[in-house]
Amino acid sequence: MISQPFEYSRPGTLAEALELLSGGSTKPLAGGMSLIPMMKLRLAAPEHLIDLSRIPGLDAISEGGGSIRIGALATHYGIESSALIRAKCPLLAETAGRIGDVQVRNSGTIGGSVAHADPSSDYAAALLALDATVHIAGRRGNRSLPYAEFLVDTFTTLLEPGELVEAIEIPAENPSTGSSYQKMVQPASGFAIVGVAARVARIAGKITFARIGITGLGSKAFRAVNVEALLLAGNAAAAAAAAGDGIEANSDLHASSHYRSQMVKVYCARAISTALSRAA
Amino acid sequence: MTQPIRVTINGTAHQHSVEPRLLLIHYLRDVAGLTGPHVGCETSICGACTVMVDGKAVKACTMFAVQADGREVLTIEGLASNGVLHPIQEAFWNEHGLQCGYCTPGMIMAVKQLLDRNPNPDEAGIRHAIEGNLCRCTGYQHIVNAVKAAAKSMGA
Amino acid sequence: MGTTLTETKTLVGQSVRRKEDPRLITGTATYVDDIQQPGMNYAAVVRSPHAAARIKGVDTKAARELPGVVAVFTGSDVAELGPVPCGASLPGLRVPYHHLLAQDRVYFVGHPVAVVVAHDRYIARDAAERVEVDYETVAAVTDSEKALAPGAPAVHPQWPDNLAFTFEQNGGDFAQAARDADVVVRQRITSQRLIPMALEPRGVVAEWRSGDKALTIYSSSQIPHLMRTLVAQILGIAENRLRVVAPEVGGGFGSKLNVYAEEALMGFVAMKTGKPVKWIESRRENFLATTHGRGHVDYLEIAAKKDGTILGLSLKLIQDLGAYHQLLTPAVPTLSVLMMPGLYRFRNIHATILGVFTNCVPTDAYRGAGRPEATHAIERIVDCLAAELKMDPAEIRFKNFVHNDEFPYLTATGLSYDSGNYAAPLEKALDLVSYSELRNQQAEARAAGRLMGIGIATYGEICAIGPSPATPAGGWESATVKIEPSGKVTVMSGVKVHGQGEETTFSQIVADELGVDMDDIVVLHGDTTLVQYGIGTFGSRATAIGGTALYFAVQDLKAKIKKFGAMMLNSDDVSFVGGRCVCNRSGKSVSLAEVAGASHRALALPPGTDPGLVATKFWEPPNFTFPFGAHIVVTEVDRETGGIKINRYVAVDDCGRIINPMIVAGQIHGGVAQGLGQALFEQAVYDESGQLVTGELTDYAVPKATMMPWIETGHTVTPSPVNPLGVKGVGEAGTIGCSPAVVNSVVDALSPLGVRHIDMPLTPEKIWTLIQGGAA
Repeated sequence: MISQPFEYSRPGTLAEALELLSGGSTKPLAGGMSLIPMMKLRLAAPEHLIDLSRIPGLDAISEGGGSIRIGALATHYGIESSALIRAKCPLLAETAGRIGDVQVRNSGTIGGSVAHADPSSDYAAALLALDATVHIAGRRGNRSLPYAEFLVDTFTTLLEPGELVEAIEIPAENPSTGSSYQKMVQPASGFAIVGVAARVARIAGKITFARIGITGLGSKAFRAVNVEALLLAGNAAAAAAAAGDGIEANSDLHASSHYRSQMVKVYCARAISTALSRAA
Repeated sequence: MTQPIRVTINGTAHQHSVEPRLLLIHYLRDVAGLTGPHVGCETSICGACTVMVDGKAVKACTMFAVQADGREVLTIEGLASNGVLHPIQEAFWNEHGLQCGYCTPGMIMAVKQLLDRNPNPDEAGIRHAIEGNLCRCTGYQHIVNAVKAAAKSMGA
Repeated sequence: MGTTLTETKTLVGQSVRRKEDPRLITGTATYVDDIQQPGMNYAAVVRSPHAAARIKGVDTKAARELPGVVAVFTGSDVAELGPVPCGASLPGLRVPYHHLLAQDRVYFVGHPVAVVVAHDRYIARDAAERVEVDYETVAAVTDSEKALAPGAPAVHPQWPDNLAFTFEQNGGDFAQAARDADVVVRQRITSQRLIPMALEPRGVVAEWRSGDKALTIYSSSQIPHLMRTLVAQILGIAENRLRVVAPEVGGGFGSKLNVYAEEALMGFVAMKTGKPVKWIESRRENFLATTHGRGHVDYLEIAAKKDGTILGLSLKLIQDLGAYHQLLTPAVPTLSVLMMPGLYRFRNIHATILGVFTNCVPTDAYRGAGRPEATHAIERIVDCLAAELKMDPAEIRFKNFVHNDEFPYLTATGLSYDSGNYAAPLEKALDLVSYSELRNQQAEARAAGRLMGIGIATYGEICAIGPSPATPAGGWESATVKIEPSGKVTVMSGVKVHGQGEETTFSQIVADELGVDMDDIVVLHGDTTLVQYGIGTFGSRATAIGGTALYFAVQDLKAKIKKFGAMMLNSDDVSFVGGRCVCNRSGKSVSLAEVAGASHRALALPPGTDPGLVATKFWEPPNFTFPFGAHIVVTEVDRETGGIKINRYVAVDDCGRIINPMIVAGQIHGGVAQGLGQALFEQAVYDESGQLVTGELTDYAVPKATMMPWIETGHTVTPSPVNPLGVKGVGEAGTIGCSPAVVNSVVDALSPLGVRHIDMPLTPEKIWTLIQGGAA
């Protein structure tokens, strides 16, 4: 219940934050929905927390050049309820609304979630399906990476020490694309046993575009390119059934690897079906 | 090593020097003397600690007091006004929306968040809005009734 | 001109809103963690991370040296104090001595090893980590059947067979019944270990006043008086110098019907340090070290005629006790045996209980305490029997119910069922769901390949616990009613209200009887200095027994009031009605307040009458009471995921006379929620090495609002003849009726696939595996 002692700083600018983060055992604090529970259970003990929450503009959601830019400190509630995101990136809004509970969504942030890289992160499935880009700020300069590259493994990303996720960028959705996020919920924690994000588009009944992101199955979220290929090839029946093939499924108290590997197919089929029903 | 913070709680300004690791819930209960919000777990599931910070329902056990510096906190104790109960409190009373009362302060704050955002929620919306608040006594049914009654009396 | 008849409506029977609520909805109630005392220290308990180990040494130096640490206590400091008590006795019961802190061995993960005392709770937590314990682990066993197997690790070295007791009970001749039967159905049925999970964790504040040699213990407890007696014994202090206060208690469900090491430990700490001390358990500690519920592996055999007449039932009950006995640990499974006949008239039973030690925290009472397990087992096997005989599950139950003209009914287990009308709730429930139409819908659903299930459970329950010879510490209850000089009423009840609403329902009773306003009545409970000795709240007893004690105390007062009224009105023919003493001849009257004033001023006293207006009643119940009911659950199983959707939940319960319908409904809802938790979501899981894998709420799925169906409640009312209120009790009934109804429903849904039984919890994976054709 009680974390180890630490120092606390609350920089007023991004530059100040980056300066502080270049020091020793520091950790950025966004919403704290992942970090603080870990600190309370003493599974994490950073010596110096850098609170990013008062840096102006870091939570801004804006549109420009055909894409939506979401500041790292945008909360799940902010994303869920943003008129812009609901219109231009509905998959992300839907996914944000499935994270945790109301209180978690009020505080938790997309930047914190992306940097934390929980293997059952809901956003991970959606960001893979959305071809998202991660904008990273560092003292030595900024850089951008496709989310698919940025995500390496369980709790592991390409963030270097001292770097911060500054924003997520997503191409604005084509209005004729249908999308859906379907999640099998672990009833105690609310986490995804499996979660599937699907985006599809079709012309004259033939699927011309498919992106499937899957979370919770293995050690990291992944894009189900095999499922996408089967959808594009017109083999919808086999598509969902191929979800998760070749991925070693997690096993825990709540779902064995066998069950999980079967449920990913069921939820994939449901995500595709719902996405198709929403497609033009 | 303590740091000064200024927090407005239920309309009153408070100034204290606190350890950064002091949780907001402990600050409210042990330092500011407001024992309405309760501690029920340490994994941010139960919601008994729910308060509002700058109008947003948060779990005070998953926030450090230093994060609330400069912010406005509303706890259950701040809901009634001049001895007059808030319609949500009145509705919980009328509809038997509580038994042991331990989850109630947090539950009522979560309900306030819901009705602030959606003045006329349906049953599914109500249950979804209190997913982060466990109750072991009521089975939630009378709580759903209380929320509907509160919405009605608040003009839905 | 006609006369107008005025009907006086009683408060009893109305859904009066609760007197408890104003403090609870404003956050101004006082739970243990809300108590602050000058100079108060905080304690943290160091607990064993191992299920079984020898303690080679405990080094507290680093902990003691941390600034802000006041003291550290270990096993040797408390070795001479009394044990954590087991209040239950059974022939041949093996009772391991339960020290307040582990001595040379630990027996379960969470076993207290040391107590750290510091100036604040943060330092206490830091210091606890600095206590170094040198453990030498030994083999552990956490499964009761594995513990019974030859060669299993010995939980207690002196008893290598891991048996704490065996118990046998016979009624009639089951062996003969099995021979006479056309069919004998056998089934292994489990009621899994559960975590009661009251929202408020346990906590204690202790304060010692050395000048008076007086100790005060505040504890979140369901049994303050009993705890006081027992903790005084543990600490070796005078009972009348120990004050126990159970303030607002945030749920108990049986887990606070106990005496815990920490309660005595904090008293010890306060005495040793001379300063008040507070200890509040974390949720993890609550999961590890507060008693668990259930823990049955039951082997049943039911013998019947082919027309569905049940001839007898045999039960072998393997009870997972845990590593120690807490207050009622060995007694709980005996309640299962008592209720094994359920609502049925068969006369032949044979029961064996094996009480098994495991390296887990002890099991003890949890909402229903033995009766949900019994009801689950019998209602499941009756369904198995119905399926075997191809009989409708409602029909087989109607056929075997105790008949209405057979009450009081002496069961094969020696109980006397007080009153009943067992067919009525089932008829009502069947009517509410339009049963035959529902079966038609099911046939259509099945034809379309959908897995729809209809589950019925009828339950009987033994509560209002109970006649003192049948309880470990006395089963009566007490009430004192005082009318103050101003006419206001103060009630002191020996029950410990913790959400059940007796401050309100007792006021309803008193208001009706004395003609006073609800607002003029105060109901006090939980403080052993204020309130005469009482037993407490558990076993659905508070209204049936505590309310009856109150009722009788009020009758004594009414008699005295009439004496004063007669004197004041100079009449020998007075009535007491509507709060006034009325002379029946003249119509003159005096108010209760005037009588109260006169009885205290004592200018004149009626012959043979003392001043004052106080009555105390200790009421011994002549019998338990026996609520009953029927729950029907309609489910649909998702073939693809094994997920279960409850489409309809109907509960028709008979708790005797209903004092406050809204409160009764709340008890049913809450009871059903916990039954549903057992049926679908919850299980306390220990792994092979003894770690509690479901150690936090992130892994133990207590029902959330989105997981609960809408519960339709109905009632029949069959008053109990056991008490003048006619009340049976309702606190546990919802839980008892729920789990078998839910499991029967899902088994029914899957019966076209050949499924005949599933053990709880019915997780989606378990159901999905069955649908694929594998064993769950």
